[in-house]
Amino acid sequence: MAFKFFENPVVKWVEYRMPVFSFLDHSLGSSYPTPKNLNYWWNFGSLAGMILVIMIVSGIVLAMNYTPHVDYAFESVERIMRDVNYGWLIRYIHMNGGSAFFICVYIHLFRGMYFGSYKEPRELLWIIGVFILLAMMATAFMGYVLPWGQMSFWGATVITNLFSAIPFVGDSIVTLLWGGFSVDNPTLNRFFSLHYLMPFVIVGLVVFHIWALHMHRSNNPLGIDVKGPEDMIPFHPYYTVKDLFGMGVFMLIFMFFVFYAPNFFGEPDNYIKANPLVTPPHIVPEWYFLPYYAILRAFTTDFFLYQIVSLGGFLMSAKLAGVLAMFASILLFLLLPWLDRSKVRSNRFRPINFWFFWIFFLDCLFLGYIGGKPAEGSFIIMGQIATTYYFAHIILIIPIVSILERPKPIPESISSAVTAAGH
Amino acid sequence: MKKVILSAFAAATIALGNVAVTGPAEAASGVKPPAQEWSWTGPFGTFDRASLRRGLQVYSEVCSGCHSLNLVAYRALGEVGFSEDEIKAFAAEFEVTDGPDEEGEMFEREARPADMFVSPFANDNAARASNNGALPPDLSLMTKARFNGPDYVHALLTGYEEEAPEGVMLMDGMSYNHYFAGNQIAMAPPIDDDSVEYADGTEASKDQIARDVVTFMAWAAEPELEERKRLGLKTMIFLLVLTGLLYALKRKIWSDQH
Ligand code: HEC
Ligand code: HEM
Repeated sequence: MAFKFFENPVVKWVEYRMPVFSFLDHSLGSSYPTPKNLNYWWNFGSLAGMILVIMIVSGIVLAMNYTPHVDYAFESVERIMRDVNYGWLIRYIHMNGGSAFFICVYIHLFRGMYFGSYKEPRELLWIIGVFILLAMMATAFMGYVLPWGQMSFWGATVITNLFSAIPFVGDSIVTLLWGGFSVDNPTLNRFFSLHYLMPFVIVGLVVFHIWALHMHRSNNPLGIDVKGPEDMIPFHPYYTVKDLFGMGVFMLIFMFFVFYAPNFFGEPDNYIKANPLVTPPHIVPEWYFLPYYAILRAFTTDFFLYQIVSLGGFLMSAKLAGVLAMFASILLFLLLPWLDRSKVRSNRFRPINFWFFWIFFLDCLFLGYIGGKPAEGSFIIMGQIATTYYFAHIILIIPIVSILERPKPIPESISSAVTAAGH
Repeated sequence: MKKVILSAFAAATIALGNVAVTGPAEAASGVKPPAQEWSWTGPFGTFDRASLRRGLQVYSEVCSGCHSLNLVAYRALGEVGFSEDEIKAFAAEFEVTDGPDEEGEMFEREARPADMFVSPFANDNAARASNNGALPPDLSLMTKARFNGPDYVHALLTGYEEEAPEGVMLMDGMSYNHYFAGNQIAMAPPIDDDSVEYADGTEASKDQIARDVVTFMAWAAEPELEERKRLGLKTMIFLLVLTGLLYALKRKIWSDQH
């Protein structure tokens, strides 16, 4: 920040009592040094933050007009769409914002995997990120229930029912989630309350995420530590303007969907009011849950992974195994910093892991595809293969490759690599 | 390597898109309905006003005997060219229960523009009772509540077969339809050539009637569509300019770094 700014008497007065301005300057201003070689994959963190704000603002406005009651919820959302001034815009922003949020966070996460951002000394930063993902999932799941369409109701029924697989306490947990003996008005009420609460929990987690980030600063595409001032540039104005430009591009794409294809990510069934007596032919979650849904459904009694983890069906039911696998598919990310033994962060210098990274990425996409298909015929087998590969990648391939692989030579420093590349 | 990333990303986008577009529910419905041309698709699309008017006539004379339109208010017709007097007169043809009055009695009165379209039946049970046990669904969101909604409804209305194909046993009171999931539908063919006489003299072929009522239903489901597209255009232009300026600024600020 310009020094002139700090000479302003009002600024000085505030600074003396509470140093907000220098705090900002050290957080994302000219006094925050940043690796100079960050590429556009580093934009998705600030994009996710922007969407979080958009979600909270649009959500609060929706909540002013929304009625959390089974007899009125569906109609109140339609009143927002039809009678509230620009209600359709606010609702479509919120609806598509959920998808945009997950797109950004998934890219952000795969960026971290590709460039090894989870490794020492950024383990905690990564772990907090995994918790943010979990909190987002809970938030989005409960939000999807609020418009009280057919998919809202049946999605909630299917997913809450999963908890009944937990031994001994499962049924009590489900009753607690429902506030009764089926998904009904008390469920809708508590989901609304929690859906309002959770985003602020996410804000809290994001604060910790950034705090941890500022300790050791951003990783970079080369994955090597900064060696000195020649490797760095001040965050402002370089990355502030780059992030702003990224936001512009992102808003262009996002707003295109909001205005011209607002129901692209949605299910037509959710425009039918919830009806406990009519089960939709195929119950599917939102697209961002499809990979986990595929993992959940892969666990049938004849699936060999199930036979292994349950010791031949002895330890647990296939349903419980599916539920545990679904949670494990995310929780295992917490161990990634220790499963990966390689000291080299960036996949640019990891010739073997590079390919496994992309295979894993495609496997995740494929799981998403399977999650959207009915669990029948060859889809079951394909889902089981993809699920097996998913866990094999994290538990076996990552550690083994990291031990056996011989990385390519690592550049001396960021600035030497940049000069060598002819910039 | 950049290429690998880009193509993988493209593959990802396409795969995700496919999942979203051809969601699983599609498998449940019958044959894929043939794609039709509609006036409101595309970035500048608007509802064909004459067709919409005829569609309202079809809805009122045919469909409203069985189907409600609960989420649409009469006054909303004002947004698509109906005059206040027309709307008042149209609403006044229907009766709604209001009250209680000062004596505590409920009473009947003529519907007003602020009322929602009056339903043909007092409740779902009454609707089932007059339809062989089947419930005619509310039509307010119908075109959004099915995959390729407008094409589907058009195909449904014109896709009846007088006799079920050989080997198919129709249950009592059911009709055979190519596009309905399971092919047996509890709605008898609601329209045929000349089942309405258009006030504007348009020839009322079955196809024309179906097109008009679908236009009306599409408007009923997305009354914000035209405003959405108008505002969308302004927003996109604004964002394009803003993003272009930000890009120029970015280039300038970073020029000492390359
Ligand atoms: C005689 C009563 C009656 C009339 C008139 C009628 N319908 Fe129906 N309609 C029904 C019934 C009953 C169903 C439920 C069918 C079922 O579930 O098998 C239905 C279902 C539908 C469906 C839903 C199909 C689906 O995918 O679930 C649509 C769309 C529809 N009608 C449109 C219309 C239109 C448009 C008109 C006017 C041109 C019309 N109907 C006139 C009785 C009627
Ligand atoms: C982390 C941020 C958030 C996420 C990921 C999220 C996600 C969602 C999703 C997926 C829906 C369903 C949309 C639909 O299909 O209609 C929804 C609905 C809703 N959300 Fe949120 N939300 C967030 C924040 C908030 C906040 C802060 C509020 C404020 C109270 C809020 C209020 C609502 C309301 C009232 C609805 C129901 C109306 C509707 O369905 O359009 N949301 N949310």
